[in-house]
Amino acid sequence: MFKTVIRRAGKCAAVAAAGLMMMSAQAAEPIKIGSFLSVTGPASFLGDPELKTLEMYVEKINEEGGVLGRQLELIHYDDVGNASSARNFASRLIRSDQVDIIVGGSTTGATMAAVPLIEQAEVPFISLAGAVVITNPVKKWVFKTPQTDRMAAERILTDMKDRGITKFGLISGTGGFGSSGRTQTLEVAEAMGMEVVADVTYSGSDTDMTAQLTNIRNTSGVEAVLNFGFGQGPAIVTRNYAQLGMELPFYQSHGVASDSFLELAGSAANGLRLPASPLLVPDSLPDDDPQKEVVQNYKAEYEARWDSKVSTFGAYAYDGLMLAVRAMEEAGSTDPEAVRNALENIQGYVGVTGVFNMSPEDHNGLDPESFRILEVQNGEWKLID
Amino acid sequence: MLAEFLQYLFTGITIGATYALIALGFTLIYNASHVINFAQGEFLMIGGMATVSLTAMGVPMILAVVLAVVLAGILGIALQRFAIAPAKQADVVTLIIITIGASIFIRGIAQVVWGKEYHVMQNFSSDQPIEVFGAVLNSQSLWVLGIGAILVVGLVLFFTKTLIGKAILATSMNKEAARLVGIRTQMVLMLAFMVSALLGSVAGIVVAPITFTSYDIGIILGLKGFVAAAIGGLGSGVGAVVGGLSLGIVEAMAAGYISSDYKDAVAFSMILLVLFFMPRGLFGAKVVERV
Repeated sequence: MFKTVIRRAGKCAAVAAAGLMMMSAQAAEPIKIGSFLSVTGPASFLGDPELKTLEMYVEKINEEGGVLGRQLELIHYDDVGNASSARNFASRLIRSDQVDIIVGGSTTGATMAAVPLIEQAEVPFISLAGAVVITNPVKKWVFKTPQTDRMAAERILTDMKDRGITKFGLISGTGGFGSSGRTQTLEVAEAMGMEVVADVTYSGSDTDMTAQLTNIRNTSGVEAVLNFGFGQGPAIVTRNYAQLGMELPFYQSHGVASDSFLELAGSAANGLRLPASPLLVPDSLPDDDPQKEVVQNYKAEYEARWDSKVSTFGAYAYDGLMLAVRAMEEAGSTDPEAVRNALENIQGYVGVTGVFNMSPEDHNGLDPESFRILEVQNGEWKLID
Repeated sequence: MLAEFLQYLFTGITIGATYALIALGFTLIYNASHVINFAQGEFLMIGGMATVSLTAMGVPMILAVVLAVVLAGILGIALQRFAIAPAKQADVVTLIIITIGASIFIRGIAQVVWGKEYHVMQNFSSDQPIEVFGAVLNSQSLWVLGIGAILVVGLVLFFTKTLIGKAILATSMNKEAARLVGIRTQMVLMLAFMVSALLGSVAGIVVAPITFTSYDIGIILGLKGFVAAAIGGLGSGVGAVVGGLSLGIVEAMAAGYISSDYKDAVAFSMILLVLFFMPRGLFGAKVVERV
């Protein structure tokens, strides 16, 4: 409480100061926020909502007086989902645009390509990509907003355990997302004393997974099935699962946590569970959930502005930008070292993705509980836990 | 044990029938012009996507299917008329590259018009799978097999019983001679592209309820179809069917009995073996050099 009062006072002071210094404020340099995102190309479903979110909130913050009395300026490049152009653009952001902070990197590939450069230039960087490698081991200047696939695996396996399941079959895609998810699942299962009794894969271009599922079904001791994958593959798996009449509890990963998945899988999806962002069920969150208001506001504002459905990926950019703003406010300057230290010490920032508690050992700041377990019931998401 | 085997077999036959239909499209154009039309997968995509978007606009399913097939047919003619024909006496390789360019172009347009999402199409009949000896069969698979069989029989009749079909065959054997006996070879080529487009679009429509459909579905299925055609021997109708079915069955068996990781490797090793011992494919025509 005391803290927020101070912050409010600080904001008032900042606004007042900005008002007083109208003359100099116009001359004051804007704070440069750099970004490279995959707005077009194969990963455009990530980059497109991310850029829209950044544009919209930079505008909004500027209308409300900016940060530290200075306006924000978004400098953005489209890396087309290509890691080497991501690296080039990161270099341009640092060298020629001289940005104060970078919020971007839609894919793990793009992020990791830019990381060495950013570490060397010592610019704070908030990545919007998923994989564990980005923040583990911890890199001094690199932070990220989405949960890792390891957390998703932990969340799913915990839910299984709560239902008394210890042996399950795993079917995963061979793409980057699926194979990383598979590795994490195997590790987490071992750590939690659970057993993966069947482990099969499918490639991204497969149009029928009945053979793999039959294989799992005929393995003795299978108590549940988990599918780690991305794109249309999991929807086909879900349909085949229903066709085969398999009755075991069925789990999907956060990779398909979107309404378009429900549309593709149709009635076959009924009964399956997956970990997802609260953004999918903003209205069924309990009233005492601290995220409820943030999630509802983001969804309403995004949908009003762009006239398209909100996506969890855009929410990563929202959290990235807000973390950056908060760090600069707390640091009281845009000095890279100060902003980095402030970022590392952010506690209790309530975002759309989860509640962030950063520390020198954890540059992600989320825990597995930030995923909500949802179940599909009658073609709709239902909050379970 | 039997149920397991049957399950893999059903899966394989369904996928295989799809490959076979696409392979037939390749065969048709190859027969008429010796061109491998890499835009074949795009016809498939047009069929599925147009049907989905038309039904979404409220057009009845049957009418949407007919319109989608007609649209693909027009596209086939346009491809020949505006991309292949102007190249006139160009090398076959050049023409193949033109078809690759055309496929990228068509895909780009589809992406702009229909967006990048995957779309669902309802099963033609019930969603309830059919159970046979403990294995389940998607009712849509029967549609794929049935329509596939009708198309194959139709094509055979077309080539052996109709004058136009024979004209296409004649043009494929010797273009100059065909022209001398009064066959309008340009017309024949256009026709071959049209029939091939119709075939592709029908395949795209019947498999869409199983595979979903999107602007880029043609790349994946088109390539597999080409592989099937190569196994069977390019230019042979029977070869296309046998090649498609065996590719599908081998894939499914490998995924089921060996390991899903090696599924594609097994399928592609099979192709290498076949082409190694029978370079012209299983049913490929003997080539006689004309001196």
